[in-house]
Amino acid sequence: MQIFGSSLDVDPILLTLEVASISTVILLLIGTPIAWWLAHTRSRARIFFEALVSLPLVLPPTVLGFYLIIALNPNGEITQFLRHFGFEGQLTFNKTGLIIGSVIYSLPFTVQPIMAAFEALPGQVVDAARTLRASFFDRFFTVIVPLARQGFIVGAVLTFAHTVGEFGVVLMVGGNIEGQTRTVSIAIFDHVESYEYAAAHSLSLLMLLFSMLVLMLVYALNRSLQIRQD
Amino acid sequence: MIHGHLQLSLTNFTLDSTPFAFASEGVTVLFGRSGSGKSTLLRAMSGLDKRTHGQLCFQDEVWQTGKKSLPVERRDIGFVFQSAALLPHKNVQGNLDYARRRVPKDRQHGPGFEEIIDRVGISHLLDRPTNNLSGGERQRVAIARALLMRPRLLMMDEPLSALDWQAKSELLGLIESVIAEYRIPTLYITHAPIEVERLADRVVFMAGGRITSIETLTEATSRVDSPLFTEEGPVSVLHGTIGAIEPDGLVPFRSKQADAFTFWVSAHSDAIPSDANPHGLHSKTTRLRVLARDVAIASQRQEGISMLNQLACTITSIAIDTTGRRSGRAVVFLELIDGQPLLAELSHRSVEQLGLVHGQRVFALVKTAALIDP
Repeated sequence: MQIFGSSLDVDPILLTLEVASISTVILLLIGTPIAWWLAHTRSRARIFFEALVSLPLVLPPTVLGFYLIIALNPNGEITQFLRHFGFEGQLTFNKTGLIIGSVIYSLPFTVQPIMAAFEALPGQVVDAARTLRASFFDRFFTVIVPLARQGFIVGAVLTFAHTVGEFGVVLMVGGNIEGQTRTVSIAIFDHVESYEYAAAHSLSLLMLLFSMLVLMLVYALNRSLQIRQD
Repeated sequence: MIHGHLQLSLTNFTLDSTPFAFASEGVTVLFGRSGSGKSTLLRAMSGLDKRTHGQLCFQDEVWQTGKKSLPVERRDIGFVFQSAALLPHKNVQGNLDYARRRVPKDRQHGPGFEEIIDRVGISHLLDRPTNNLSGGERQRVAIARALLMRPRLLMMDEPLSALDWQAKSELLGLIESVIAEYRIPTLYITHAPIEVERLADRVVFMAGGRITSIETLTEATSRVDSPLFTEEGPVSVLHGTIGAIEPDGLVPFRSKQADAFTFWVSAHSDAIPSDANPHGLHSKTTRLRVLARDVAIASQRQEGISMLNQLACTITSIAIDTTGRRSGRAVVFLELIDGQPLLAELSHRSVEQLGLVHGQRVFALVKTAALIDP
């Protein structure tokens, strides 16, 4: 059986890495304030939003994908609204659609580790920074981020890996357009459908090794965090 | 002046301070049992808890009115937490620099960096990470950090309670002298009467989430039912100066008023600040803590007796306990020549046999060895 031979597809790999990188950056930017709010709010709405953020964990990706196609369709309100600002493309069946789908689908993988890290912050240390005249953004970047560092790293790694591995949402929102929305997981599906087992195998093995590596990295990080706390 | 009326409702505790007002100068101790609301009141006064509402003014500045509050970072409060709360990702120097870099231009005066770290005794720790410091060292760094942020008000929340007795005694002396030297208004929380007697100018008594009374230390130690008195019984606190150590190991403690009285104290006594080197402390004011049960009364000066400390004084009042655990005991309130109060605890029978009455001139006898705290 041929593995890593001429049948290895480079395009899906590059596209997957690009979508995963962009999604991870976006998720860190929007996931951090959400995690902060969830970790600190005393509002009863917290339960609702916590469940909402975690929804992609239990919802079939096809359900999520279905609603995204409806919401983002070129004649839908969101797209029409963006047209007022000169937006000309569309939000589905292209890279933009992939990224929107990935961001929503991977949200819990960003929010949960960061939220856990925020909740574990030593309150008196953050209070001490306040009494030392550090304003919110000052203490956020000089105390909170360094102390919650592990949460950010674990969140980013899990988000990236999960985005790399997604299938259902990507298929629904992105379609299967070669060179544009065909990610690794869809390429594997495609190869199997056409009985190209060697090509499917090379990509699958790559994913298997990548996933294993990522999980080992996450557990190593969690372990070093625990040791430091001891 | 600090005055206000603060409320803070937590999940299972409600603070309603009742209206209060006291001078900001010197040391104000918040005293009460655990669960009385001292820490909650201090957090409310610091502005660290957003749920606080009510009124609070510090000197000429409004810190809280209704739900509106001046942010903590603009209040110039040096806060020393029970747990020291050092920044764990920075070393000792990093922690001190964090405070120094954020001092506004108009507050950059006062004792210098070198002087403070020297005074607090952490010059040799600057390069150490914070996680391998001892409890006492951590608290010293926290105190230096609070001083270096140039506070207008120092808040200390049970800074000694997590320490072993030796570190406790060293740090108590340090805090006492640092506060006196740098003259920073201080709010200090403790449930240990000995810390009150060593540090306080006034005491805010708390119980059940409210302030029950605000008294000067003299007032607080001049009534038999003072909450400061524990199983050791009543305590007097005398102010005076410590002289040079004598060859036989005794140290004189003199009234500030010339020749009013001299107490002889054991040099290794914990009753005087252990941080203070007796040789270098000739003219500094300090306090001596005397348990009433260690004070005896004689109607005349005694000859042929081992007690070195015989002090002329006048009886100002006599309180006789007829109920409870101290039934049959009497507390005699004495006034030393310089006007300072001294308490003696005797049996009711002794009072009767000596025929002690209000206004009588007597001698108080205090054993030198008794002036050592447990």
